[in-house]
Amino acid sequence: MAKLKVVHYINQFFAQIGGEEKADYPAELRVGEVVGPGMALTQQFGDDAEIIATIICGDSYFNENLEKAKADILAWVKEQAPDVFVAGPAFNAGRYGVACGTIADAVQEELGIPAVTGMYIENPGADMFKTKVYIVSTKNSAAGMRDAVKKLAPLAVKVGRGDKIGASSEEGYIPNGVRVNFFEKERGSLRAVKMLIKKLNDKPFETEFPMPDFDRVDPNPAVKDLAHAKIALVTSGGIVPKGNPDHIESSSASHYGEYDIAGVMDLTEETYETAHGGYDPVYANEDSDRVLPVDVLRDLEKEGKIGELHHLFYTTTGNGTAVASSKAFAEEFSKKLKDDGVDAVILTST
Amino acid sequence: MHVCTVTPISMTVGANRIVPAIAIPHPLGNPALDKDEEKKLRRGIVEKALEALATEVDGQTIFD
Repeated sequence: MAKLKVVHYINQFFAQIGGEEKADYPAELRVGEVVGPGMALTQQFGDDAEIIATIICGDSYFNENLEKAKADILAWVKEQAPDVFVAGPAFNAGRYGVACGTIADAVQEELGIPAVTGMYIENPGADMFKTKVYIVSTKNSAAGMRDAVKKLAPLAVKVGRGDKIGASSEEGYIPNGVRVNFFEKERGSLRAVKMLIKKLNDKPFETEFPMPDFDRVDPNPAVKDLAHAKIALVTSGGIVPKGNPDHIESSSASHYGEYDIAGVMDLTEETYETAHGGYDPVYANEDSDRVLPVDVLRDLEKEGKIGELHHLFYTTTGNGTAVASSKAFAEEFSKKLKDDGVDAVILTST
Repeated sequence: MHVCTVTPISMTVGANRIVPAIAIPHPLGNPALDKDEEKKLRRGIVEKALEALATEVDGQTIFD
């Protein structure tokens, strides 16, 4: 099989031009040259592929002159017509990672040439481009070059040949969110027991159901004066006006509801219900205050324990609803709550 | 603040002020009680939620 032709992109640092003081180094094409990490890649490629040109660009230059740098580099890549484009690896260098992701994505999208790159999972470029290009997961510094190249080179060859790409855990790239059905060799019960035994023995095991990454926020300061505070209710328990007027889905909700409870003193069987399909709805349908405590908050409002209960509540069904959707809902209605002068929110979940 | 029965989930998703609830299908109620008793129970949880809101915390805190 003929050797695949590779164009390799690196920054000024890995080209040994200089560090931060040379980060404004303009994009440059070196035809027929293998530079810096290109040597290690070449070794790893063996007879499968060869670097026919290296493109070097300062990290600041790339990000500050994005349009020009991208256009110049794309024109050079087009002219060289490689089988595959390799950028980096960038390890934990933020601007370099973003540049690698940007240019690899552009090469694929605009020239139709497959591209791969590599970086540390916490490099901002990883989050930005992991769903668009294959990004080999590397260590956080150039000390991990050997390890990175061992994964990057074979993946570049596969992508360049148009071979089938295996799962992220097999190929070593950062999970890109693509799910593929396949048959496991061992049945579920056996795998589960094996995992449990490893866990009990404090040995490493790999979950088949990784949790999404949840962000953390700093706690808000305490509410100083409850007697004058405006309190709002929000729920993932699916409480809606009877008949579910906005058709909030019983699971995997695509939207949330905003309902006015001005003058509502008590949620009753006749007026409110739950749209949630993930728990037994009998109790919430009988009395929705069991999920959204409007009756009690009205009492506390009357007694002056709180300033007021906000006249709108926000609701969705948390059942199977994607974290990304929930985040988008909350971003939107949190703004509304703030604009309405709400001081604090009680979020109830079923 | 988050009123939630399965507090480990609340911890996992990152709530900072957490008040435990009664049960998944009726977090702020208990159908086994009569109406008045049930409302008292609910009021207790809501008061605890308000107390949590009025308390400074420097990280995730469960108000038992």
